[in-house]
Amino acid sequence: MTMRRKIYMTAGYNTVSLGTGRKEFNPKKPRPGIEHYLNEAGNATLKKTGGPKNVDEGVVGNFMAARYNKQGHLGAFMPMIDEGLRYKPSLSVEAACASGGMSLLTGMKSILAETADSVLSLGVEVQNSVKAVYGADILAGAGWYQKRKSGHAHFFPGQFSDRAGAYFKKFGRDQTRRAFARWYHNAIENAKLCPTAQEYENTDMNPQATALNTEPSPKMFTPHLTPLESSKVSDGASAIAILSEEGLEKTGISKDQAVEIAGYGHAVEDVTQDPEEPTRLDTMKSAIDKAFESAGITKDDLATVEIHDCFAIAAVLGVEALGLAPHGKGADYILEGKTARDGELPFNTTGGLIGWGHPTGATGVHMAVTLWEQLTGNAGEAQISIPSDRPYGMSINMGGDDKTVMAIVYKKAE
Amino acid sequence: MNYSERLQNVAVLGAAGKMGSGILLLTALEMVNLKLKPENRDKTYVLHAVDVSYENLDSLLKYIREQAVKKAEKNIVPLRQAYAGREDLVENQHIIQQYVRDVVDVIKPTIRLDQASEASLVFEAVNEDPDLKVKLYKQIDQNSSQKIWYFTNTSSVPIGRLNEEANLEGRIIGFHFYNPPAVQKLVEMIPAEKTLPDLKNFADSYASALKKVVVYAKDVAGFIGNGHLMRDALFGIAEAERLSKEKELPRAIYQVDKVTRDFMIRPMGIFQLIDYVGIDVVRFILGVMNPYFKDENLHSDLLDKLYDKGVTGGQHPGGAQKDGFLKYEKGRPVGAFDPDKNDYVMYDNISHQEDDELGDLPKGWMPWKKMIKKKTRKDELKDYFAALRQLDTKGSELAIRFGKNSKNIGEKLVSQGVAQSSKDVNTVLTTGFFHAYGPVNSYFD
Repeated sequence: MTMRRKIYMTAGYNTVSLGTGRKEFNPKKPRPGIEHYLNEAGNATLKKTGGPKNVDEGVVGNFMAARYNKQGHLGAFMPMIDEGLRYKPSLSVEAACASGGMSLLTGMKSILAETADSVLSLGVEVQNSVKAVYGADILAGAGWYQKRKSGHAHFFPGQFSDRAGAYFKKFGRDQTRRAFARWYHNAIENAKLCPTAQEYENTDMNPQATALNTEPSPKMFTPHLTPLESSKVSDGASAIAILSEEGLEKTGISKDQAVEIAGYGHAVEDVTQDPEEPTRLDTMKSAIDKAFESAGITKDDLATVEIHDCFAIAAVLGVEALGLAPHGKGADYILEGKTARDGELPFNTTGGLIGWGHPTGATGVHMAVTLWEQLTGNAGEAQISIPSDRPYGMSINMGGDDKTVMAIVYKKAE
Repeated sequence: MNYSERLQNVAVLGAAGKMGSGILLLTALEMVNLKLKPENRDKTYVLHAVDVSYENLDSLLKYIREQAVKKAEKNIVPLRQAYAGREDLVENQHIIQQYVRDVVDVIKPTIRLDQASEASLVFEAVNEDPDLKVKLYKQIDQNSSQKIWYFTNTSSVPIGRLNEEANLEGRIIGFHFYNPPAVQKLVEMIPAEKTLPDLKNFADSYASALKKVVVYAKDVAGFIGNGHLMRDALFGIAEAERLSKEKELPRAIYQVDKVTRDFMIRPMGIFQLIDYVGIDVVRFILGVMNPYFKDENLHSDLLDKLYDKGVTGGQHPGGAQKDGFLKYEKGRPVGAFDPDKNDYVMYDNISHQEDDELGDLPKGWMPWKKMIKKKTRKDELKDYFAALRQLDTKGSELAIRFGKNSKNIGEKLVSQGVAQSSKDVNTVLTTGFFHAYGPVNSYFD
């Protein structure tokens, strides 16, 4: 899959990821709804790109507003953001936690198909409308409903706990749990550098020790994963402009403030099937391989990765899916500090799903915004240096238990 | 009749009260817990919620539902397993709803006492009035063909007396929950001399199923909890009266309350605690206890005086603190009562002067709320009280007097055999009263 037309992304914006950890979050008080988040993120991006006249179409990634907020038809919220968007095409897309990735993909496809020169891509989710115990029911929709009855109370934590348990058994529990703790440490360390992150105000001086001293509780949560090793329940939205060469010119934004999409890979696996091998993320690997091929690069060309660490075990398996470590050695790779912000290949530089937050439908777009910030030098305190000999960033956005994966390769536009 | 059979038909008397509603909840949860076991699926569990009016019972089920939802949300992992056989219950929310229905379904609210005669086990949580209790037991027994077992939640009345007067032949045990029963881990268990061994064993099983911390007390009026609290309260009142020889009583009350809360790092000052329990209740319990202690006078004229003026403390129906010795705004004390003027003297007008007289808080002080969360609490308290003993202030002097007296009360409870050990006394105070340390310590020596 070669890119028959250049695609740029720019003018990204993330709202705060609101939920436990943020000082302004109070579960007992009313909070903003999806309208607020769509408005904030949408308007921020519009402002930078010159307003609605520079938007040909809109797309909203969202997973389960229909249940979290009793709200469907999110595409039709686009003109609410700015009335200049009235009568322009807009739609919503869904692929569980990869809905944000699908929002990006839909925009990219419109550019590639030459049906649009500029797409406003949004992702949004407001999850704190229900307690986590009921949110687990909603999120379980990312799996096959026929399996819900036999599944864990915390359905997805349960699925990935099974994967963690299998990995423990095959490759050793202690070493893997130490890697989880290191991963958590990096997530918090990075989140503390990003003012919109849910864990921005975390005061733990030694998150690694905290995570190591927290044992999984099968009765309260899952047998092999602790809440610290899980992504958060979050409210938030992200927005980014997806543009053709012509579309970028119209906005007046200079190329060095944009990223170019070097390639992407999209892969889907049968949602009714259990994973073939619980210690591997095969669909993720397929999407990554496609993305590398499409961009004509290898793992050695990457400067940074945004990976879908909905659970720490997904990060370990993701490192292996990327080919950075052989099967069973992903934990070592993390433990050696290679994924830390000062490591060989910094991952999730603003905290990822565990540290920044995981407003499910927004996450894919949030990853794109983070990479756009890093590659164009707009990441503020969280900025890492991008080596000139390996200038690429990659986002890997996963829906369900390795069922839909969207991987995108970015580099600074020239 | 085994444990599970005994719990198939139960009654709670005073079920809508502060203690009764908690006991009802815990018992309903335990009954559903049993019912969900495969071997009990076909059995019927009945819990009679007996109280005096429909108005009281009306809000009871609302409380039970809310609490059952919370319980289910917290226990969703084991609950999913318990309901695994129910194909129609798929999502957590389905299971939680079903659990709440199951809990509410066992409860049969009633204002008819004769319903209780159907039960094989009766929890009694009515007013602390020995005659009323005896009357109820007799009436229930009369209408029953079986030998009902009684659990009484009394905090002061000797169980042996209830046993004798109601002719129960050992079918009663003291099972004293602390408030609120659903949250408080402590249970004071008081077997009477004649309590049946089987009943004792059952009470142990029930307490352990409820995951309670059990402290056994000898059947002496007031047991351990009130045995300490009532004497501690009387000492607080006596201290205020002593100080009032040199100053107005509201100022003395302010000082004693502050010393017992802040200098002693307790959750509440002694006067706030009396108000919390209720001046009427404290007075009544003292009246129940006093005849049993020939060498002590467990009585306070000042309490009588306030009671006669209708100053009772206790809580409003919504849970808000009523004025008593102290006046409250948003649950915090803001004034102290002056019985001569029939009015409250506001703290704003007196606290500066009285605080100056008490002197600064010792080095290492922290509020009780912070102290109880400290893992290094023992060391912190040791250092703090060492600093307190070094100070030559009125505040530290009063604290030492109070601490020594509190220790004396504790040691006396042990020497009289009411408590089996000073450890038990300390457990009751730290668990049942949330104190940061037990009264039997060396902090004030």
